[in-house]
Amino acid sequence: MRRDVPIVITAVVGVIFLLSYFTPHPPLNVLHNSASDIVMIIAAFSILLGVLNLIRVNLDKVSKKKRDWPFSIVLIAGFLIMTIVGLFFSKGRNFMEFGTNFRYLYDNVYNPLSSTMFSILAFFIASASYRAFRARNLEATLLLVAAFVVMLGRVPIGYYLSSWIPAGFRLGDVATWIMDFPQTAGQRAIMIGIALGVASTSIRIILGLERTYLGGE
Amino acid sequence: MNFLGKLLGIDRRIIFLFVGVAVALPLCFPEVNLKIEITDSVKKVYDIVESLPEGSKVLIAFDYDPGSMPELQPMAESFIRHCIRKKLKMIIMGLWPQGSVQANLALEKVLREKEFEDIKLQEGVDWVNLGYTAGNEVVIERMGSNIKAVFAADHKGVKLENLSLMRGVRNFSNIDFVYNLSAGYPGTQEWVQFAVDKFGAKLGAGNTAVQAPLVSPYYPKRLLGLLGGMKGAAEYEFLMGFPATGVKYMFSQSVAHAVVCLFIIVGNVAFFLNKKKKRQGR
Amino acid sequence: MAWKKSPDDGAGESNVTTYDILRSNQKDGLYVLIGGVTSGQEEFLDNSTKDGVKYYYKIKAMGKDGFSISSPSQAISSRAQWFDMNRIYIFIMSVILSCAILYFIFQAKAGKELFIRKIAGLDAVDDAVGRATEMGRKVIYIPGIHDMDDIQTIAGITILGRVAKLVAEYEAKLEVPVCRSMVMVACRETIKEAYLNAGRPDGYNDDMVHYLTDDQFAYAAACDGIFVRQKPAAIFLMGTFFAESLLLAETGNSVGAIQIAGTARPAQLPFFVAACDYTLIGEELFAASAYLSKDPKLLGSLKGQDIGKAVFILGILVGTILITFKILDIGFVFNIK
Repeated sequence: MRRDVPIVITAVVGVIFLLSYFTPHPPLNVLHNSASDIVMIIAAFSILLGVLNLIRVNLDKVSKKKRDWPFSIVLIAGFLIMTIVGLFFSKGRNFMEFGTNFRYLYDNVYNPLSSTMFSILAFFIASASYRAFRARNLEATLLLVAAFVVMLGRVPIGYYLSSWIPAGFRLGDVATWIMDFPQTAGQRAIMIGIALGVASTSIRIILGLERTYLGGE
Repeated sequence: MNFLGKLLGIDRRIIFLFVGVAVALPLCFPEVNLKIEITDSVKKVYDIVESLPEGSKVLIAFDYDPGSMPELQPMAESFIRHCIRKKLKMIIMGLWPQGSVQANLALEKVLREKEFEDIKLQEGVDWVNLGYTAGNEVVIERMGSNIKAVFAADHKGVKLENLSLMRGVRNFSNIDFVYNLSAGYPGTQEWVQFAVDKFGAKLGAGNTAVQAPLVSPYYPKRLLGLLGGMKGAAEYEFLMGFPATGVKYMFSQSVAHAVVCLFIIVGNVAFFLNKKKKRQGR
Repeated sequence: MAWKKSPDDGAGESNVTTYDILRSNQKDGLYVLIGGVTSGQEEFLDNSTKDGVKYYYKIKAMGKDGFSISSPSQAISSRAQWFDMNRIYIFIMSVILSCAILYFIFQAKAGKELFIRKIAGLDAVDDAVGRATEMGRKVIYIPGIHDMDDIQTIAGITILGRVAKLVAEYEAKLEVPVCRSMVMVACRETIKEAYLNAGRPDGYNDDMVHYLTDDQFAYAAACDGIFVRQKPAAIFLMGTFFAESLLLAETGNSVGAIQIAGTARPAQLPFFVAACDYTLIGEELFAASAYLSKDPKLLGSLKGQDIGKAVFILGILVGTILITFKILDIGFVFNIK
């Protein structure tokens, strides 16, 4: 019963959404819109669930002095500071308005931290490329050459390196050709495969054949 | 371990150091402006905005967070600059929580520029920020029928009926152009699948360099124009005749790319020499 | 609605700037502006009608110095279609695909042997978990950064069920840091059931699955910290990933873990291919559940998928030939409205 009810709900809602894509007539469009509203509301409320779990897990780590517990203190402190400042120290204004304390923390702590994590990608791409782009075989060599051309062709340095080559065959032109044709063709093929995979998995889920995500076999 | 072996298994921190210097050092030479070649996909976005008559309504969807600021913020600033120059009305929104905040940052920065010192844009008349709402692609779908069903008020809580800009704007058919700045999900793909495919909206986009290849199959039929990465931002600034952050950072990006290419060459040379040595050793 | 462009559109001194669309409930009543299009356009889609209500439309061509208005249209009313004819080709394709999947499911249930090619990444799952057991180190499983409404997350959690059963059987340690609360709940159910099926219900602990944060880069930072401090022997990255994919994969590589990744986000595949030991590309992620369980019903659905792909390949080849040699322009088939 515990597993059967979710499977039935999944099947019914799945069929409604599927049919409403082809049939805009009431009551299907009404059911579709209601279900969409429900999804939006649940998405907003589920954030609370996660936050409570986060606090509980980290408080537990601190109280029992588990491994790496000082990091949990940093996490709880950061969470409390942002919440309290945003809720109680905005002087009646919207907490994200320019000049509020929350906005100060957002601009000077959160933004730089987020940007830093993203910027680490530049370093990781370099180390991953150094390790992965080796001409071990024909396919690896093709990958290497394409990566070279696109990396140089997509920045102005490619123009300066190949300006002596007739137009149409310069690094920038070849890079654009690689992105427009082989790359796009490959992306489209992968996307078609993925779409079929998604359709097949969705049919399995709607028919109740796939149950592992509910805790079933 | 011999030298070649050490080179093949080089400590990644040495690579990080070289990349760090390659990115940081060019920033000490801000006067260097490299030639920017304009691609068709960027020119198309520019041309579309150029062709819009004064007073046209443009929806700008900010679907990114501060992590993607270096690539997308210059695009946002250029686009807003273009809209203000053409006296277009801007409807700003975000499917990411920080999106509308990034929008305010971009708008504030552009309005402080010397060119627009004397222009007094009025919120609610010339531009409106609808803020963020949860729901991802469901939001886009609902906006296709009725924007007010999703955004009852702007980010400050002012009801849309009280904003002159939003009068007569019911859904995408009342919007002349949609421009999406996206760093992932929800983003350009969802805007294509819902706003364009379902409601016929006219869409242009700016994406991070990683995301741009993913949406390039939609160009040019369903996505009318596409800016990719910092190069896309630089191209747009070049077309606007206003070189700013994007153009400035291209020197840095060029040197960094060259350093990565050099490392790849070194790695392959070491690989082949090591292979040859092993064969000779046998 | 559609109209013929004004003769002044694109020419003449009184060049048209916009076409305003006016609507009224009565032919001679008050007309209200409902929208507009720029010059050069000849179509407008009115999304704001109420079904069954009669409307009259006028088109107002606006120029710099004046305007002209068309005579009112005939009375028009909208009604919801029982079937959206613009999607007929999608419907046909969906029916073909569904029939193929159902046919092969029945074939598989009837006992027919179905050939599925080897997927190296999935064959390596056993080795990865075995390695973790031998080294006494953890298996870390990351089911992507999206919520339960993403099919890739469901695929990731499905594979988690299989991996968790192996971990339970081998008596290794498992940790699943998640990015969404509902995913946390689903993962807990899945792992609990897997331990139960492996005969080790006592080995399960709720804290195996814990929520970190919804924020993409904060989650990546937290996971990287876990990798560096705990030095897992095996890392599984299965689901939806974005820019943090390389952050996770490269950090996992730096701690010496064996990494098996799978995603249906094409933009992230190159990063996984470069940094991980095995990568499930696109649809292989969705095939994983069938592949690992060897359940005939699930394997049957994979074969049905292949039929769908064969139809697509045939369609692309035929369409390319028809259009290249100008035999027939079949582009209209794929105009999705």
